[in-house]
Amino acid sequence: MAEHHSNPPHLAEKFLSWYCKPELLEDLQGDLNEYFYRNLKTKGVRRAKLIYIIDVLKFMRLYTIRKPEFVNTLINWIMLGSYVKTSARSIRRSPLFSTINIIGLAISMAVGLIMIAVLNDVFSYDTFHTNKKEIYRVISRYSYRGNQDNNFMATTSLRAARLIEESVAASNGIAILRRDFEGDFTAGDKTIPLQGYQTNPGLLQVFSFNLLKGNPVTALKEPFSLVLTESAAAKLFADEEPVGKVVKFNDRDYTVTGILQDLPHFSHMRFDILGSLSSRETSEQQIKEDSKWDNIWNAWVYLRLSPETDLQSIKTTFDRISIKEDSTTKDTRIELDLQPLGEIIAGDDLGNQIGPVIGSLTLWIFGALTFIVLLSAGFNYTNLSIARSLRRTREVGIRKVIGAMKSHVMGQFIVEAILISLIAVGLATILFLILKPYFIGIEPEIQQLFKLELTPILLLYFIGFALLVGLLAGLFPALFFSRVNAIEVLKRWYPMKGLGKIGMRKALIVFQYTISIIFITATVISYKQYKNYIGFNLGFNTENVLNISLQGNKAELLKKELLELPEVTGISQSAMVTSIGNYWGTPVKHPSNLEDSSWMAYNYIDENYLTLHNHKLLAGRNLTPLPDSARESEVIVNEQILKKYNINLAEALDETLIVDGKELQIVGVLENFVYGRSNDVNQKKEVLFRYSKTNTSILNIRIQSSDLIGTVSKIETLWKELDPVHPFEAKFYNEQIEEAFAGLRASVSVAGVLAVLAIGIASLGLLGMVVFTTETRLKEISIRKVLGAKEVLLLYLMSKNFILMLALAAAIALPLTYLFFDQVAFPNMANHAPIGIVDMLLGVSCIVLIALALITTQSWKIARSNPAEVLKSE
Amino acid sequence: MKGTNLGEFEELVLLTIAALINDAYSVAICDELEKNTGRAAKLGVVHAVLNRLEEKGLVKSKLGEATNTRGGKRKRYYSVTNAGKAALLKAKEVRDNLWRMIPGMTLKNV
Repeated sequence: MAEHHSNPPHLAEKFLSWYCKPELLEDLQGDLNEYFYRNLKTKGVRRAKLIYIIDVLKFMRLYTIRKPEFVNTLINWIMLGSYVKTSARSIRRSPLFSTINIIGLAISMAVGLIMIAVLNDVFSYDTFHTNKKEIYRVISRYSYRGNQDNNFMATTSLRAARLIEESVAASNGIAILRRDFEGDFTAGDKTIPLQGYQTNPGLLQVFSFNLLKGNPVTALKEPFSLVLTESAAAKLFADEEPVGKVVKFNDRDYTVTGILQDLPHFSHMRFDILGSLSSRETSEQQIKEDSKWDNIWNAWVYLRLSPETDLQSIKTTFDRISIKEDSTTKDTRIELDLQPLGEIIAGDDLGNQIGPVIGSLTLWIFGALTFIVLLSAGFNYTNLSIARSLRRTREVGIRKVIGAMKSHVMGQFIVEAILISLIAVGLATILFLILKPYFIGIEPEIQQLFKLELTPILLLYFIGFALLVGLLAGLFPALFFSRVNAIEVLKRWYPMKGLGKIGMRKALIVFQYTISIIFITATVISYKQYKNYIGFNLGFNTENVLNISLQGNKAELLKKELLELPEVTGISQSAMVTSIGNYWGTPVKHPSNLEDSSWMAYNYIDENYLTLHNHKLLAGRNLTPLPDSARESEVIVNEQILKKYNINLAEALDETLIVDGKELQIVGVLENFVYGRSNDVNQKKEVLFRYSKTNTSILNIRIQSSDLIGTVSKIETLWKELDPVHPFEAKFYNEQIEEAFAGLRASVSVAGVLAVLAIGIASLGLLGMVVFTTETRLKEISIRKVLGAKEVLLLYLMSKNFILMLALAAAIALPLTYLFFDQVAFPNMANHAPIGIVDMLLGVSCIVLIALALITTQSWKIARSNPAEVLKSE
Repeated sequence: MKGTNLGEFEELVLLTIAALINDAYSVAICDELEKNTGRAAKLGVVHAVLNRLEEKGLVKSKLGEATNTRGGKRKRYYSVTNAGKAALLKAKEVRDNLWRMIPGMTLKNV
């Protein structure tokens, strides 16, 4: 049997020495060992070990267990002052290392602080509802002909809401919010645009919105009742008493029955105004619409369940409802489920959210990146602390000789790390305040979601975070130094072999650089994708086109004014803006096959649209202008439609299509263009252009001017004269395309910032290491020089190792990044730009240049030093 | 402290220590007890008793030299203190007195 098998079980030994009183320990260990070796002979290894373990456990008695060492703890407390003092001295003694540590930590902690503030905000959402733990949202998943959607929708059909209200007995109230209750509300002579929902009285029972005036039970009961928030009421009525007054919306009169306190910022649903859902029951058409099982796109439904409800049984009820109702809709199945209120803001990525949310995936990714940056800064600390071990081990040795115990030495080094980390968190808080506006400004959604206010609680979290970071960063050096053997250290003047843990330090540096290279290369590649998407050849011209949202105004009036501006070279009208991720669909049939109806994308345009946007007509002509009242008779199609119906280009103009029930003559064929978005998987969509001025709500204005901003402000002045109520909403087409990729842009910015931070931290760490190694090799270099070594050779000698580490980091990072994009990211991205060799090497060469500059300047300084000066002192 | 009254097992352990003279350490005590009484003496129990006896001041202990047999750990040797000797003598005296009160015949028939 092997030697190590016949030793007592290690863990049990450790356990014994942990719990046993020191004065009893040796004897006990000895006895147990003696028995163990005796048992080894008579009973075999296994039994002997087992008996040993059992005996160790049996020895846990009152008289053997070590008392908590109050004295020791007390000493640690008394020594705390001394630790702080020596730490401060040590920080001052090596300003360069301290600065590197503090700045590196501060930068990474600033990112950590943003993460903490974000999490703090995320967990603040919807906490003002008294019954927050009991509220669930009903979500639904749509499948058509067996094709199930990947994600649930946050919305549900009103029919489902009614059925749930009747069948779920455990329900303590149901809140229903239906969308499309927004627009211009008029009170007296004032018209204000407001946003809100039609809702049932249950809303005020389920949620804890504070009704200041009115009766919560009846306020939303009667048709055409209205509840306003305080600020909306102030806008509409100024100082007058609003309750009982009449507000006009869509030509109907609504009576104000209640006033709500303004919603807290941290509410996942936001509104200015609530109308009673019962208003819909006054219209035949709306009743019909609301009774459809598959109309799941328009209403949000929330349930309050008593705490002891079995969610599984609710799900069973839902499934029963689904099975019954699915029979009323052909080919369509709808699955219902529950989502807890607390998981709405940072939960699964559902479609049709009621307001902005941050997906859990985003949070996880951001969290992981933050962690990596923090880790990198922590490595700097560990690395530099241990690198300086030569000087510190002596100190520790003397401490130990004087009587410091392991725990005291550990305490000292942890206090030092915590001190540095506290200084760093101070700096990081300032950085946090500076970075906050930039972070919030990355994307409009972030602005809506987060406040990142520096509250006392948050400050407390920050300090706790600093303590944790300090503890973790200091733990390894502390363990390392506490193990120092005093006699060994004091006997020799040179560091013990293996003391520096060179291998581990190198590994840490390689890790830091690998991360930096991955970050920067990923940023470069993603930026290239973003550029590729926004500069994509869409098939028509979007340059200098300003899209103005009419917001209900008459197009003709504005057009007349605009045409008088010399900068405006053309105006057209359309119903929607294509290529920015909007999809409008209409059912289309070919007369030869009336059974087969397909959904096709379309847009309503006027006669100027195609020329203004330089759409290419392959055959035929433009649409003929029609008066508003005329019947629609013409359509322009794209190539893809011809392909779908197997029509030759030459014969296309003889064909008709049945669009939305109307038979329309094809009068022109357009070259294919990108209808949805440049990153759509299927870019070759069937697209129709139909003529209508009544259905358009957007003016497309082509501007030719050297001062675009000035022209836009001129147009804005015109707008304000025409419509003082609505704010001017206009954007350049190219801006809108950029906004369609705002998510990608935001990721690129975040990744870019993190890349810069990671590089900064890694460079700081490298600088520290280079300074350290060159300084310790000062004597060696001097002797070499005296013996005749060339400066260039010395430079090579000193830089070789670092350059090898960089090369290793690049060799790990580049294939990883390439694989990530090639295998993970690109399969989910249509029309991505290829990864070029330049993209791969751009970031690396940046990093290598910085690193080389660091290495060579330091090494050069040493190589140039006068050997006489150095050796003289010996 | 419970005073100097000895329990039965305590008395046995104390006697064994006295009998072993210079070689009285825990494992040896266990072995000796097992040999003489015929019943298994558990190390944990003996340890607890030794600890108690030391607390009562009836034995004293010192660490010996390290040996290979115990994984380099030193043995703790016990010896009976004067108080211990007095306690043993007192216990013997109590018994002897009681024995003397028993007429010789009664037990001889066993």
